[in-house]
Amino acid sequence: MNNKQLPIDGKGFLNNPQHRAVFFQIIALIAVIFCAFYFANNMFDNIEKRGITTGFSFLDNTAGFGISQTLTNYDDGTSTYFDVFIVGLLNTLLVSILGIIFASILGLLVGIGRLSNNFLISKLSLIYIETFRNIPILLQILFWYNVVLAALPSPRQSMNYLDSVFLNNRGLLIPEPIFESGSSAILISFIIAVAAVFYLTRWSRKRHDKTGEEFPLIKVSLAILILAPTLVYFIVGQPISAVYPELKGFNFRGGLAIIPELLALLFALSIYTATYIAEAVRAGIEAVPKGQKEAAKALGLKDHVILSKVVLPQALRVIIPPVINQFLNLTKNSSLATAIGYPELVTLFSGTTLNQVGQAIEIILMTMAVYLTISIVISLLLNWVNAKMAIKGR
Amino acid sequence: MKVTKLALLVGLTAAIPSLSHADTLQDVMEKDVLNCGVSTGIPGFSAADSKGVWKGIDVDMCRSVASAVLGDASKVKYIPLTAKERFTALQSGEIDLLARSSTWTATRDTSLGLNFAGVNYYDGQGFLISKKLGVTSAKELDGATFCIQAGTTSELNLTDYFKSNGMEYKAVTYDTSGQTIDGFKKGRCDAVTSDASQLYGLKLKMDDPNTVMVLPEIISKEPLGPVVRQGDDNWFNVVRWSLFAALEAEELGVTSSNAEAMMKSENPSIKRLLGTTGNAGENLGLKSDWAYQIVKQVGNYSEMFDKNVGKDSPLNIDRGLNKLWNQGGLMYAMPIR
Repeated sequence: MNNKQLPIDGKGFLNNPQHRAVFFQIIALIAVIFCAFYFANNMFDNIEKRGITTGFSFLDNTAGFGISQTLTNYDDGTSTYFDVFIVGLLNTLLVSILGIIFASILGLLVGIGRLSNNFLISKLSLIYIETFRNIPILLQILFWYNVVLAALPSPRQSMNYLDSVFLNNRGLLIPEPIFESGSSAILISFIIAVAAVFYLTRWSRKRHDKTGEEFPLIKVSLAILILAPTLVYFIVGQPISAVYPELKGFNFRGGLAIIPELLALLFALSIYTATYIAEAVRAGIEAVPKGQKEAAKALGLKDHVILSKVVLPQALRVIIPPVINQFLNLTKNSSLATAIGYPELVTLFSGTTLNQVGQAIEIILMTMAVYLTISIVISLLLNWVNAKMAIKGR
Repeated sequence: MKVTKLALLVGLTAAIPSLSHADTLQDVMEKDVLNCGVSTGIPGFSAADSKGVWKGIDVDMCRSVASAVLGDASKVKYIPLTAKERFTALQSGEIDLLARSSTWTATRDTSLGLNFAGVNYYDGQGFLISKKLGVTSAKELDGATFCIQAGTTSELNLTDYFKSNGMEYKAVTYDTSGQTIDGFKKGRCDAVTSDASQLYGLKLKMDDPNTVMVLPEIISKEPLGPVVRQGDDNWFNVVRWSLFAALEAEELGVTSSNAEAMMKSENPSIKRLLGTTGNAGENLGLKSDWAYQIVKQVGNYSEMFDKNVGKDSPLNIDRGLNKLWNQGGLMYAMPIR
């Protein structure tokens, strides 16, 4: 037996706690990299053995299938799989952006309604939140889709408004605006009007700070925004015309069609996400100290002014972080549209395209990258808003 | 000491061979069960009945292979797959055999890393429409909306057909055939388009099958067959010859009821099929009675056809192209010798 004692002062490399910590972290890192490399290598090995085509060259191939809603000039005979990817991406963005807008408005209203002194409003808000928050989103999507399809008549019995707007189980049909030459002038005039309103707002605020005089900002802004483009419209000779939907044979031709899948999905996503936003709004409002409200009241401010100028600006600081999460959730939940056939990214690209092409790894990677990018952009955007809203140290 | 252990662990991990499925036949024999990919419910092809028993001509393909390899037609694990999941499931090794009314196309046979082992049903794409539309030909469908299942050849054929006839259409694509027919029932579309054989099955799912009809036009060739992974020739042979054995049995008049008696037959072709002479089974890596087990437990091709989709089934589809070659059809088994 060798009873040699370990040196207490520990000159060895691993006896230094700092070195030891670094050493084991490096070991762990190597293990992780090794595993990743091993699995990737294994994957490529198997793909090659089975003769599966790899690479992204499939994106240039002609897709050759029809899509029920396209925001680009998609042609089912000549467009490529890359075009399909873009169509899917735009459809995802469309439903997400519209969903975020509707969910925010509804959530804000219900959240405020939840705190209302009116018994009916507060209880209805409560019932709404508790019902829709506790039913899985997929079920709600299927429910609204079936409701939309069951409640609406067939094209030949369409609900008709002024012979220009039609509602049936193929969707909502509205006249399609056709922009002829000269319509860019209207767009330019609108942009100028927006800029004018922007400066007007700043000017009126400065004047208000200086003199305390109120300026009828909303009325004047609305007048500028509506009148300027309308005036230009008539000056350049009415370059915008409309194509009205018309029943020909089986379906309506012409006009813009909003498909029932989009309506159902938008409905389900907005209603579901709004419940969470409403709860965030309620939490935010309740987090504003009572004294703030009372002080505002003591100054003689009206109720809606208290809400918009005193309570909400402070509440937003609490509301924004959880609401960011809900926006992200809504975007990701839009992929459930695959259950009702709304042509968004997952349905079109990692569904149909994957099946026609068979290159699962490339396609799933691209789809994941898209959701990751959208999520990061949304959270960066709202983090920036959050930072703007934060209480500034004075 | 710790470092040595770690090194040992790393060494062991590296020593594990890459996980691939090079020998499916051996895998299936070791597992003693065949993982067979089927549809989520296409009547006549693969659908579970009220007791949960899978039935259909594709299911019989699975059962044939299980009989030949494992000697027991019931040793099959059915894995229901949607159209868009099917090829990935096969590529990844989740299933050993895909029998899910899949059309044999050049892309699928080459770039997907798959091999079609043969054709067990010659089909073509058709249209199912509501009678009250008053349409009698597909040429009158200009501007119609179609319900289709995502990821099928039907999606592509529809585009081709309408482009070449200068007509317009709209497509609504669903995940499963159940959702597709549901969309049609609720009036989301004017017509369903799919393989004609499936349309007869979908027709039965309507509340009143007499309100709908299948149009006479067939707009494409849809050879449906069992699929295996590319690069496993032995397994490919087993599946291909399991299909041929059922066809050969029909041609030679061997049925599930007379198979036992036929073992004593003096006809050399029957003897080779049932394995009383020759070494076809051995060459496939199977027992000599492989084909006997198929015919005995599952039946010959005409029995499979009649029971599932033909005259003894509610679908009552005419054999048409699926008759044997010597009766005017396309079904032709290579000789077993």
